[in-house]
Amino acid sequence: MGKVIVVTSGKGGVGKTTSSAALGAALAHDGDKVVVVDFDVGLRNLDLIMGAERRVVYDLVNVIQGEAKLTQALIRDKRLETLYLLPASQTRDKDNLTAEGVEKVITALKSVFDWVICDSPAGIERGATLAMRHADIAIVVTNPEVSSVRDSDRIIGLLDSKTLKAENGERMEKHLLLTRYDHARAERGDMLKVDDVLEILSIPLLGIIPESMEVLRASNLGAPVTLADERSVPAVAYFQAARRLKGEDLPITIPGERRGFFGKMFGRKAA
Amino acid sequence: MTSVLTQPRPIRLKGRSFLALSLSPELPFADWLARLDDLASRSTGFFMRRPVVLDITGIEIDRAQLRDLVEQLATRQVRIMGIEGARPSLLDASVPPAMADGRTTSDIEVPVVAEAVTATRAAAVPDAAPSAAPSVKAVPSLIVTEPVRSGQSLVFIEGDVTIVGSVASGAEIIAGGSIHVYGTLRGRALAGAMGNATARIFCRKLEAELLSIDGYYKTAEDLGPELRGKAVQFWLEGDTFKSGSLA
Repeated sequence: MGKVIVVTSGKGGVGKTTSSAALGAALAHDGDKVVVVDFDVGLRNLDLIMGAERRVVYDLVNVIQGEAKLTQALIRDKRLETLYLLPASQTRDKDNLTAEGVEKVITALKSVFDWVICDSPAGIERGATLAMRHADIAIVVTNPEVSSVRDSDRIIGLLDSKTLKAENGERMEKHLLLTRYDHARAERGDMLKVDDVLEILSIPLLGIIPESMEVLRASNLGAPVTLADERSVPAVAYFQAARRLKGEDLPITIPGERRGFFGKMFGRKAA
Repeated sequence: MTSVLTQPRPIRLKGRSFLALSLSPELPFADWLARLDDLASRSTGFFMRRPVVLDITGIEIDRAQLRDLVEQLATRQVRIMGIEGARPSLLDASVPPAMADGRTTSDIEVPVVAEAVTATRAAAVPDAAPSAAPSVKAVPSLIVTEPVRSGQSLVFIEGDVTIVGSVASGAEIIAGGSIHVYGTLRGRALAGAMGNATARIFCRKLEAELLSIDGYYKTAEDLGPELRGKAVQFWLEGDTFKSGSLA
């Protein structure tokens, strides 16, 4: 039985889709069977980021409404044979997602894949609540700025009340993925520091992804950043986050921090 | 003789409309009262100070029964200000006056205290035997050991609220008594919300958006920058907000 991960944030434009694709590819890189599901019906992007936009025939809404079989809608990645994409519909709206339909699809995917990554739309409405509903693990993507942090806090509240796990009285495993982090700007006080964000959100840190041109370049190429250039700084950060997801205990380093000057290194333990 | 009629200052009478809660009892009254008690136990003080109209449209009832029902409600702190839908013969000086032509607004939801709260209360007040003579009741309090997230509203009008953790920006705590936050208070804290001028607000680190005690409030802007980030308490003296350091 695979694990269901929701990648969510509340706020838009913080890097949910980029992170879903990058983590999906990183997990699949090690041979795990991974499917990334786009829940952003009406505003789908994941197909572009994963470079599969010209191969979409059927989508999530077709499957939920019984117009296509799940196997017809799944798109296998051309670079990694264990990575799949379930695209969203661009022409319909989120009302086409039904709770029963989503449950059926997730249950079916869980029985075949090791990881089911649900890329949530922004907001706290239907699409977002359905994307998180069946999750075992939540990855909260946050930028180091106040509005993103407050929206993430709101989402954490919903994860603890509106998901199946919460309704069954279980605890949802939640991780913070801090994206678009710029160490120099944080030091200057233009951005929130890592500790500030952690203090406010008080959930364990999965990783820190630096603000980088590589990310933009990769999405324009139509490749998850972890496939476009495995050794780029953001790719390495995503690979490490993926290993932490699998339970490895790796120290977290702040990208861009000057190390070794006084032999000083900030290691942060992931919980 | 005419001086009375030419009094320069007439009695002022004005029409004014208010929103009142309307209760519709059902027969048999004993069962209905039991259900009301159950609801009241989950949201103590809900009817307190609220005008309530008793709607007995279509209920077969005589004057003695009506008087008894009004008394029964009075013992439950539900004060009936008027009766709707009663035959004129039912009403005399011993029961509240008739009311008519009420307009319906939306149903009012009774804020039922969350499960966790009820559990805490049950644990705090171990089954006080209902038959026992009136004894000293412990003041209930609610302890929350998790951060209160943005968008969450924690309402506990029975008494004090203690948060072991932070209250996020965009979250609110509404307490009948005092509010204690052993973390950073970034959201709103409304203490003494049911009318309690002795309630206080305590926090380890003040970043609050709004504070209120007994209906008197201050926004972050009114609080001034000196207190930001400090461990402070707030209380009321008359209608002025007082603050003191906790460090």
